[in-house]
Amino acid sequence: MRKTVKKMDGIHLDRRTFLKGVALGLAGTALPLNKADASFWESFFQKHFKEMNDAEIKQVLGCLEREYEEKYKKAIKVGNQKAMPRVLFGYGLDLSRCIGCRRCVYACVEENNQSRDPQIHWISVLRFKKGEKWVDLIESEKYYNPEKVPEEGYFYMPVQCQQCENPPCVRACPTQATWKEPDGIVVIDYNWCIGCRYCMAACPYGARHFNWTDPGRKSGEINPQTHYLGNRPRYKGVVEKCTFCIQRTRNGRYPACVEACPVGARKFGNLLDPNSEIRYAIEHKRVFRLKEDLNTYPKFYYFFAYGV
Amino acid sequence: MEAGNNVPWRCCFIAFLTVVFFSANMYAEEQDIPKKFFVTPPPFSAGIYPCSMCHKGLPTNTQPRKLQANMNIPLKHMPGGWCFECHNPDNRDKLRLANGTLVSFEESYILCGQCHGTILREWKAGLHGKRTGMWNGDKQYYLCVSCHSPHEPRFKPIKPSPPPVRPMEIK
Repeated sequence: MRKTVKKMDGIHLDRRTFLKGVALGLAGTALPLNKADASFWESFFQKHFKEMNDAEIKQVLGCLEREYEEKYKKAIKVGNQKAMPRVLFGYGLDLSRCIGCRRCVYACVEENNQSRDPQIHWISVLRFKKGEKWVDLIESEKYYNPEKVPEEGYFYMPVQCQQCENPPCVRACPTQATWKEPDGIVVIDYNWCIGCRYCMAACPYGARHFNWTDPGRKSGEINPQTHYLGNRPRYKGVVEKCTFCIQRTRNGRYPACVEACPVGARKFGNLLDPNSEIRYAIEHKRVFRLKEDLNTYPKFYYFFAYGV
Repeated sequence: MEAGNNVPWRCCFIAFLTVVFFSANMYAEEQDIPKKFFVTPPPFSAGIYPCSMCHKGLPTNTQPRKLQANMNIPLKHMPGGWCFECHNPDNRDKLRLANGTLVSFEESYILCGQCHGTILREWKAGLHGKRTGMWNGDKQYYLCVSCHSPHEPRFKPIKPSPPPVRPMEIK
């Protein structure tokens, strides 16, 4: 049947063609044509991080640096250090030393460019009463605020992403926006995350946090040394978490929380190096990990070096 | 003695050499320690070091007593001990170990390790104390006295940083 029928009083369409036209028109309005700059379309058609070669990654990093410079009026460097060979990061925490001062929490916020408003903390310090059944994390208090710490009769346990060897969040992600790197760090590609929060539901440690709104950061507070998979400024609608300060540790430095702790409760090192501090802790102290019954094989080893 | 009965003398001689060798080895080990560690500088108050600036001229009084002079240092460490257990009356710029060896203030961990040997062992391994720098390279071990004041080592409680905002309080 012919689509158009020319009659004396104009062109008539049949119903089917009309509806097809309306559908296409609506689809066309969904295209963000006002964002016609090339970088938007480049990032829209960006390949998955693990599929890109070095040249493409470099291009993406350049784009991002320009975008951040425009947004924050500050030169922010986005790096992409690869994992060092024969390195598997491990973290140790001495619970007999932690006094619950939260210096690590705020050092992390400064180092990793988290949103101040609304507030996001990657590290949560939990307070437990000594002598009570405490392995159940529900019994903990996160919002304690005494005059001085440590308080008599309590001990403190900071919790952050445990960088599991068998991470449930990686298995839950529908887009493979999060994966485990060869050096053990579980990373998120913020440009690939769709914000479904399945990973947050899957994480047994509550270590992942979501940007419900545009993160509130002042340009003066931003740490300009960033990593693509780590502490670069995030967007609304993506999940973020501790990355063992990937921008520092892949350059050989200690994470910010280790350097901030005033009592030296935090230990960091390479699990594959038999002479490292973390290996000494595992071999000489009774270490345990959280929720070991879930078979996540976390890399965060807690121990009590001295009597509590 | 018969000519063929030299065996016991030879054994004695070999035993003597072994004893000499081992004692020489142990003596050499004592000279080996202490191994140098990259430590942070001692946390001196401004202008207080070198101590001999003031103490060269002042008389030395080795009588254990409570100090009330301008130093006003409380001593809440080692009940029953006093200043010259660790400090050197003859040369105030050095510390004195129990066996009389002098160590500098940068090596004060050896002094602490005399009584706190297990802690020194753990500090050398990295389990005790704080380190900054590179986990696979140059790092600075914090000296014992950087955190524990030698005259009043017990930590005082500090004010914690603010608690996280409760989710219901986020607008």
